Amino acid sequence: MSKPVSLGLPAPRRRWAKLPRPPLAVALAALVLLALIGMAVFAPWFTHHAPQALAPALRLKGPSAEFWLGTDAYGRDLYSRIVYGARVSLTVGLGVAVFSVAIGLPLGLLAGYFRTLDALLMRVMDGLMAVPGILLAIAIVSLSSAGLATVMVAIMLPEIPQVVRLVRSRVLSAREEPYVEAAVLMGTSTFKLLARHLMPNTLAPLIVQGTYICASAILTEAILSFLGAGIGTETPTWGNIIAEGRLYFQLKPGLVLWAGLALSLCIVSINLLGDAARDALDPRMKKR
Amino acid sequence: MFAYFVRRVLAAIPVMLVVALFVFLLLRLSPGDPAAIIGGDMASPEQLAAIRQNLGLDRPLHVQFFVWLWQLLHGDFSTSLMAHTGVLSMIGQRLEPTLSLALVATALTVLVAVPLGVLAAWRRGSWLDHTVMSVSVLGFSVPVFVIGYGLTTLFALQLHWLPVQGFKSIFDGVGPFAYRIALPALTLASAHIALVARMTRASLLDVLGEDYIRTARAKGLGELAVLFRHALRNAWVPILTVIGSGFALMISGVVVTESVFNIPGLGRLIVDAVLARDYPVIQGMILLTSGVYVLINLLIDMSYAISDPRIRY
Amino acid sequence: MKPSRSLIARLLLPLGFAAALHAPHALAAEKTLHAVMSSSLRVLDPIATTAQITRNHGFMIYDTLIAMDEHYQPAPQMADWAISPDGMVYTFTLRDGLMWHDGKPVTATDCVASLQRWARYDVGGQLMMKSVKSLVATDAKTITLTLAKPFGYVLPLLAKPSSVAAFMMPERVANTPMGQMITDYTGSGPFTFVAAEFDPGNRVVYEKFAGYVPRPEPASGTAGGKVVKVDRVEWINMPDRMTAINALASGDIDFIEQLPMDLLPMVQADGTLTSGVLSDLGNMTGGRMNFLYPPFNNPDIRRAALLALNQQDVLQALVGNPEYYRLCASVFGCGTPLESQTGGENLVKGDHSAEARALLSKAGYDGTPVVILQATDVPSQAPQPVVAAAALRKVGFTVDLQPMDWQTLVTRRANQGEPTKGGWNLFFTYWNVQTIWNPVVNPMLDGGGQKGAWFGWPTDAHMDALRNEFVQASGDAAQKAVAEKIQQYAMQQVSYIPLGQYHDVSAWNSHVSHLLKGPSTVFWNVQKDD
Repeated sequence: MSKPVSLGLPAPRRRWAKLPRPPLAVALAALVLLALIGMAVFAPWFTHHAPQALAPALRLKGPSAEFWLGTDAYGRDLYSRIVYGARVSLTVGLGVAVFSVAIGLPLGLLAGYFRTLDALLMRVMDGLMAVPGILLAIAIVSLSSAGLATVMVAIMLPEIPQVVRLVRSRVLSAREEPYVEAAVLMGTSTFKLLARHLMPNTLAPLIVQGTYICASAILTEAILSFLGAGIGTETPTWGNIIAEGRLYFQLKPGLVLWAGLALSLCIVSINLLGDAARDALDPRMKKR
Repeated sequence: MFAYFVRRVLAAIPVMLVVALFVFLLLRLSPGDPAAIIGGDMASPEQLAAIRQNLGLDRPLHVQFFVWLWQLLHGDFSTSLMAHTGVLSMIGQRLEPTLSLALVATALTVLVAVPLGVLAAWRRGSWLDHTVMSVSVLGFSVPVFVIGYGLTTLFALQLHWLPVQGFKSIFDGVGPFAYRIALPALTLASAHIALVARMTRASLLDVLGEDYIRTARAKGLGELAVLFRHALRNAWVPILTVIGSGFALMISGVVVTESVFNIPGLGRLIVDAVLARDYPVIQGMILLTSGVYVLINLLIDMSYAISDPRIRY
Repeated sequence: MKPSRSLIARLLLPLGFAAALHAPHALAAEKTLHAVMSSSLRVLDPIATTAQITRNHGFMIYDTLIAMDEHYQPAPQMADWAISPDGMVYTFTLRDGLMWHDGKPVTATDCVASLQRWARYDVGGQLMMKSVKSLVATDAKTITLTLAKPFGYVLPLLAKPSSVAAFMMPERVANTPMGQMITDYTGSGPFTFVAAEFDPGNRVVYEKFAGYVPRPEPASGTAGGKVVKVDRVEWINMPDRMTAINALASGDIDFIEQLPMDLLPMVQADGTLTSGVLSDLGNMTGGRMNFLYPPFNNPDIRRAALLALNQQDVLQALVGNPEYYRLCASVFGCGTPLESQTGGENLVKGDHSAEARALLSKAGYDGTPVVILQATDVPSQAPQPVVAAAALRKVGFTVDLQPMDWQTLVTRRANQGEPTKGGWNLFFTYWNVQTIWNPVVNPMLDGGGQKGAWFGWPTDAHMDALRNEFVQASGDAAQKAVAEKIQQYAMQQVSYIPLGQYHDVSAWNSHVSHLLKGPSTVFWNVQKDD
């Protein structure tokens, strides 16, 4: 029993839950996301203006050969800002997803395995979950500082309980599996049991959950910027570009729409990939 | 059932305590001095100290916490540091707009999303299904304020069908109320509609494969009757969960929607309170929203039992 | 059927309470002016805070003993005055018909208590009290102020319209202890405050005070007859500035106090809207350094920073429309009696970054990061730090621009600790020109160090001596000469960095007329036609 059965997933229940060939939409989504990541990583290659370089004399200009999408209220190149904005927005998305999983996973494992710890931990998680995430995030950001790290922590905190709950429920059901009971009887160390036997059960749903967290984190960053509790203007993010442009929405809609387009494309892609991952990895979760 | 209800309510108490303590610590351990805000530009250090003392902010943290808790136990949510108005009455003033917005948005969600989801499931794989599914991805991928601005531009500024902002109480007439709330409610509902439509579709697809549906069809029942009377009834539980758990989503939407459409609701109250470091208001508001969250979850769980007799407690 | 209906009724009951608050108030013929002000009214005590919005609130419901007319001259309002020939005794006589909102008559005792409370909070008032021997009510209508030593600024201080204006309150209210906010909003001004409808962050409601007797003269500045021509004024807070303009265009509101300059074309394109400048002097924006810590404890480095900055860029980013700003390097503002631009030439013309760089290296700047505080949620304060950070970096400063909300900034800037430990090096704000236009009221010129000076805490005995010289100088010419010396010295020391003067543009519906020009947006005299 040293080798647990694959991922502990049951066989697909229905014909149409079989692994589908990646449809066009998913392939497109992957392509868009790759392009955005490429844009973020190699931002300097795609732009010829620094995103912070300001020229108040040239503010709010329309698109031109020099400024492809025009300039913002400080006379900064909107195109460069959107390209560099991808860096921060994607960092926020990926960072929040990775860290909330990294923190939520061990907590969930512990809660699912140790019944005494469970009661305490889950009350705390219930409490955290009961506080509306956006309120918590606004409070954290405006009460400390508006840096990248703070914003990420603020967005991450409300996500952790969700991860913990997910992992815990998986552990609870896996505990009853014969191979786990056998491992316990054979005196496998707790750590090994958690890491080798119980954790693998949780990975598939976590990957799916992670993509959704990633998408929602990018969106939440934008909302925080809109509410004035986002990352400062010197670091362009899609969220703060949109937030700063919204004053001009009726006069110069491009200031909102281009970044909005990038943001929405990115989130749609991540969501589509998340759906595909769920269909492929975990038919039991086939929802939405 | 009743015993279960009591047990759940009792279980909510430690949760609320955790929330209270957490929020309190979050607020008090971060920088920010309401006295500096009240005192304004020219306040001297002595003046600030006097203000702090007056507000009780100079007392040790645990004392402040227990004083607050003690007041709470007596139903006293204490008063705003800035405006000297009772927190509860401030919340009361703002309750109606937010409640109206949330209820209309939820109603809109159910009215739009459920039929859409049913349609998509019924015509699975058709262009209709694809359209519903792809538009719904957009629904929760576009920030709510962009949707708000888009709708305003179209319906208010271009077509002049609806007003750009403001709120009218339903007690001033259903007409004016609906006229003002239509755009904000639609904005707020957009993401929710997308989620619920997808959930309805998925949940219905699960059910549509079941034997009793085939039986119902074999009996010669009309498609509508099969879909709504048999399939939807059995697919209802997960849909209800999404509608209920959408509360958290609604809260973030409410905060933004209220700003875009200038609706004097709770969302703006809390943002203002955070920006002003008005501790009692923030604490009261978060406690309230958390309480509502716990309550809604409870109601959902109870309704499971009612809508799905297979679930027992 | 019946039980469910009663259940619904019970559920709706709390809504009913809320609805009562929203119910249209009284008669249909009532004329209500809806105004969107520049910020939301948070604190209701116009003596204990200097927030502009609270000052505007003060002018709605309170009155002042004397006031300042449109030519900046003190003029009678609640009281007339007489000065003894030696200039040491001021006698104020209350006019007839003055009444508090609760119907009780205004007495000299009320006014003395109010003046005393005001003088505890106001910087100028504190200065004045150092020269005052006694301030008493000699009878029900007479207030006598006796000086111990000459002080020429009594009338301008009592008349000043800007924070903190000396508003009169009933004695019971004025006796509120230091550090405590007033909770009784009884005034004697032309409007009453409707406490039941006050919804902080959303709406403030004022009603015409029927018992107010205006002076017979025409309104001028805050002086003259405050004749109210509407029944009700509602201040509505709109968090989204574009929404406010749309609401103005659709007639939901009548007046916007502060229009985002970039959206002016929208208002100008709309035939039913009017825009204009109501404040004649406008605002001065500027930066203030922390004198306690490196690098800005070194005057040469302060001067290098001054050289690096350029008003044109700041104003362009902040205002954008040259019609509404002017370059001005006077620490007292421009268009003021004491205006002088000596020593600030670099701010208003040319690029001095080479000079700044040279001075910076000569001063031995070691790369200590300059912590700049940026308030992101106040549109009139967000751009300056961004432009300044870029300019300072350009000449070789290491800059740490820290975005935060205004309330955090207010807390941070009061922190005298090291910049890396919760303190700061540089922040930006703006002032009504009337709050900086002479050495008595200008907070940046106070050299009182960590105990007495304004945020930044310079210890500067020479500056204090100059200010003293100014207070004692008699005659305009003599005062002007001292002010010139102060300007020069302030620029050398970089007491603050003036970054230019600009006007707020207001917008209103065409059926609104007779808005008064002045330092404070006031709602008497304003007419609303059907």
